[in-house]
Amino acid sequence: MQPTQSTNAFSPEFNQRLKRRYRAEQSFKLMGIGAIFIALAFLVFLLSTILMSGYSAFKQTYIKLDVTLDKEYFPDEDLAKGDFQGIVKASLYSMFPEVSGRRDKRMLNNLVSKGAAFKLMDMVEADPKLIGTSFSIWVPAKDDVDMLMKGNIDMDQPEANRRIKDKQYERIRTLEHGDRLQMRFNKTFFTSGDSREPELAGILSAAKGSFYTLVITLLLSFPMGVAAAIYLEEFAPDNTFTDLIEININNLAAVPSIIFGLLGLAIFINFWGIPRSTPLVGGLVLTLMTLPTIIIAARASLKSVPPSIREAALGVGASKIQTVFHHVLPLALPGMLTGTIIGMAQALGETAPLLMIGMVAFIVDIPGGFTDPAAALPVQIYLWADSPERAFTEKTSAAIIILLGFLILMNAVAVYMRKKFEIKW
Amino acid sequence: MKIKGLIVAGALATATIMSSPAHANRDYISIVGSSTVYPFATVVAEQFGKTTQFKTPKIESTGSGGGLKLFCAGVGVDHPDITNASRAIKKSEQEKCAANGIKDIVEVKIGYDGIVLANSKKADPMQLTRKDIFLALAKDVPMDGKLVPNPYITWKDVNSALPATKIEVLGPPPTSGTRDAFVELVMEEGVEKVDMSGISDEVKEKFEPGALREDGAYVEAGENDNLIVQKLQANPDALGIFGFSFLDQNADVIQGSIIEGESPTFENIAAGKYPVSRPLFFYVKKAHVGTIPGIAEYLAEFANEKAWGPEGYLADKGMIPMPDTERKQFADDVKNLKPMAMK
Repeated sequence: MQPTQSTNAFSPEFNQRLKRRYRAEQSFKLMGIGAIFIALAFLVFLLSTILMSGYSAFKQTYIKLDVTLDKEYFPDEDLAKGDFQGIVKASLYSMFPEVSGRRDKRMLNNLVSKGAAFKLMDMVEADPKLIGTSFSIWVPAKDDVDMLMKGNIDMDQPEANRRIKDKQYERIRTLEHGDRLQMRFNKTFFTSGDSREPELAGILSAAKGSFYTLVITLLLSFPMGVAAAIYLEEFAPDNTFTDLIEININNLAAVPSIIFGLLGLAIFINFWGIPRSTPLVGGLVLTLMTLPTIIIAARASLKSVPPSIREAALGVGASKIQTVFHHVLPLALPGMLTGTIIGMAQALGETAPLLMIGMVAFIVDIPGGFTDPAAALPVQIYLWADSPERAFTEKTSAAIIILLGFLILMNAVAVYMRKKFEIKW
Repeated sequence: MKIKGLIVAGALATATIMSSPAHANRDYISIVGSSTVYPFATVVAEQFGKTTQFKTPKIESTGSGGGLKLFCAGVGVDHPDITNASRAIKKSEQEKCAANGIKDIVEVKIGYDGIVLANSKKADPMQLTRKDIFLALAKDVPMDGKLVPNPYITWKDVNSALPATKIEVLGPPPTSGTRDAFVELVMEEGVEKVDMSGISDEVKEKFEPGALREDGAYVEAGENDNLIVQKLQANPDALGIFGFSFLDQNADVIQGSIIEGESPTFENIAAGKYPVSRPLFFYVKKAHVGTIPGIAEYLAEFANEKAWGPEGYLADKGMIPMPDTERKQFADDVKNLKPMAMK
């Protein structure tokens, strides 16, 4: 057959075609760059909105009070029953002696968080000698005061529509001029559990809950996943049955995670009787979810070990199991660990299966073990996002920052390990 | 062998965790139920946990129906002690409870919650009746003696006194207790005022006034009420449906619509003038009181003037307190753990 187009390198048709081909390549490149640019723009937008609205949660407004722990506030032998709220109120009244009337006093008391009384209680319980003394103490301000200080309350609105009334505003200004109002680092956010008062809410109970859950997930899914992968890859015969297993594992990796939650509810809670809302049951459910990911990653890294290694080991007389455990597994382990870390990072960000097993719960006490009720980081974000108080908006973003931090850290470790231990054949 | 050691250590650790005693006794109160009661119950739980030597109760937000299902599953440490509900327990649920051995349930009404239709402060407040809302949101409406798919596009089409803005209402999905209450208090009341003449009884019987439009005029905005508030700020023509506490916390950016001439204020809801309000409850298993530590004390913390009274901390969070006599009666019931009668 005659070529329909001229192949002469100097003909004008050839040059035109060449240009067209270059143009196609150029525009494909541009499209690719464009796609990456758009994706990056979204990422920057997402991260910057979260950072912008979240960073302020790491600061908190504190008010300095002069308290006097008179003995009369402790009529009962049990110090915890002391009238700590009364001490806080007395301190406020002495600062603003002109305040009178129920409504006015109530507005004044609403400047200081309930946490002030709890803080005093903790101090007195730690050191009962404080009773009878006077001292100054910085206590957290109420969330509305905090929001005002962070510029989230519009004082131009009519008074009825504002959470901060005119009189309160005046007093806040007075406190500010007397150096009794300060923005400080919000330590509470890292050291306490959930709270319905935004100024007292912290991330620690959720973070510990996530930690315990992931420990269970890791302990169960890593050995099981690796063992399953080794058997399937190195020992299992190649027949219809193993094909079926392989298809099922690949399918399970794509099953929506809430299904695993339902399964966990039916088996672990209703059948085995493991208590609801605990890291134990959460870890078991997330194990189910993570196993396919780990098995697939582990098999891929076993596959990448060249057959020559196995053949050499067998050639010098190693048994099959010696070949696998002495030679193949050590070479495949970095890849397996990377896969495991990525699986764990996935499990850390999961809420849907936890919803079914009661981990979407209000947990104040910090869990101390695997069978204490606990929440998890993503669950905490969900719960805060749904709270009516405006100050929770910034807490939500701050919790997202922390969760993202953990995820980036875990993925960075995975990348580092891959780079460090990767063996090129 | 390093790897073998690792595997053995892992297996051992796993075995220890798995064999740790699974829940012989529970030393904290387990509470489930309504997401509407959740913000109030959690405040009480926190106060209770911080001021007593008992652990802070665990509160799950499962929705009223989901909570009662868990609650009625049985007696014992594996089952919750208390369930919160934004509606009264149904007869069928009570029967299920009885069938599972839960005989004595203490019903505690804690206060009221108003459901508001709010819009952005950038627009004028709406003056609506329940009939208007029904006609604007029902999936099918009666017209010329038969039921037709809702044809109304603007509020003016529904009632000529209303502005000519497009009907766009953001509200909760069907799983929500707020949606149930909205249907019961607004849609089912509104349909009574609509002219149904000329429609055969057969059609009327099958008609569900609670079915909401699916053509985009009613937008299911998820359970997250904060999100609805944000969307209202961005779109001044839209209305949003949510609980009073969200209006209370965001009164500087959104305003409640006036329904049947009454605006949704704390005073109006407490006085029973605002028509769209509902009681909030929780239910306690009497058999668990004394077995699980702290239940009686938790109830005492809840049924206390400084919690549920007009000046209490729950009112600060947006809950509408009961009238004095009702509060006193329920406080007595709580003290004596008076079980509720079968319906």
